[in-house]
Amino acid sequence: MSGSPQSTTSPVEVDDPEVGSVPRSDVPWIVLVWNDPINLMSYVTLVLQKVFGYGKETATALMLDVHHKGRAVVSTGGREKAELDVYRLHEHGLWATMQQDR
Amino acid sequence: MAPRIRRHRRGHVVIELDDHERRILTDLVDQLRTLLMSGTEPSLRRLFPIAYPDDDTHEREYQSLVHGNLLEHRLATLEVFEGSLHQTSINVEQAESWMGAINDLRLVLGTLLDVSEDDGAFDPEAESAFSHAVYHFLGALLEQVVEVLFTTLPPPTG
Repeated sequence: MSGSPQSTTSPVEVDDPEVGSVPRSDVPWIVLVWNDPINLMSYVTLVLQKVFGYGKETATALMLDVHHKGRAVVSTGGREKAELDVYRLHEHGLWATMQQDR
Repeated sequence: MAPRIRRHRRGHVVIELDDHERRILTDLVDQLRTLLMSGTEPSLRRLFPIAYPDDDTHEREYQSLVHGNLLEHRLATLEVFEGSLHQTSINVEQAESWMGAINDLRLVLGTLLDVSEDDGAFDPEAESAFSHAVYHFLGALLEQVVEVLFTTLPPPTG
């Protein structure tokens, strides 16, 4: 998805700087849960099951990623959906953030 | 030994805590409510996390949108917890509030104690020994409530 201006093969001068790049608003958002020393592993697994409807295996794998790698992507989507997911994780006291997946 | 918080085969949740433990929990609820009402204490930061760490504009919008809701949610959860704190049996909905309230208490106490994953063994001589003991007590209770609530989840959808 790199938008290098040199990559254009058009012989005509193009003024639009957006050519070849995806508009920012279309780049999906990712929701991350970060490792923290307070939340219990079983609690994090339960919250991921409850909020996202994941099965126990998926939720446990994500929780272990958080625990061992420091963070895990728990959901993706448009900004509004990601923000709602973050809010629901915040309601449950999980350390969740969101960013565009660039 | 059976867990002191457990699901009864009839569906309700059995709570076997002694009066002393219930009094400690009542005190903690009072303290957390006072903190929540007092505004933005640093020890509350884990209850109102940052959504957009790299984007101040979106972060301000997010906070102005959700802070009040999160605060209301936390106070309402505390109220249900407090209201059922002296019962020996609660329903699953109340157990959800027990989980939320106990986790909120742990988040604040853990922040105040600055706990880390490699904290050593419990030191009874330490100045903060009582707080650490309460923190571990809350962890044990939460573990049991979580086990109960695993049995109430609907079939997976995601």
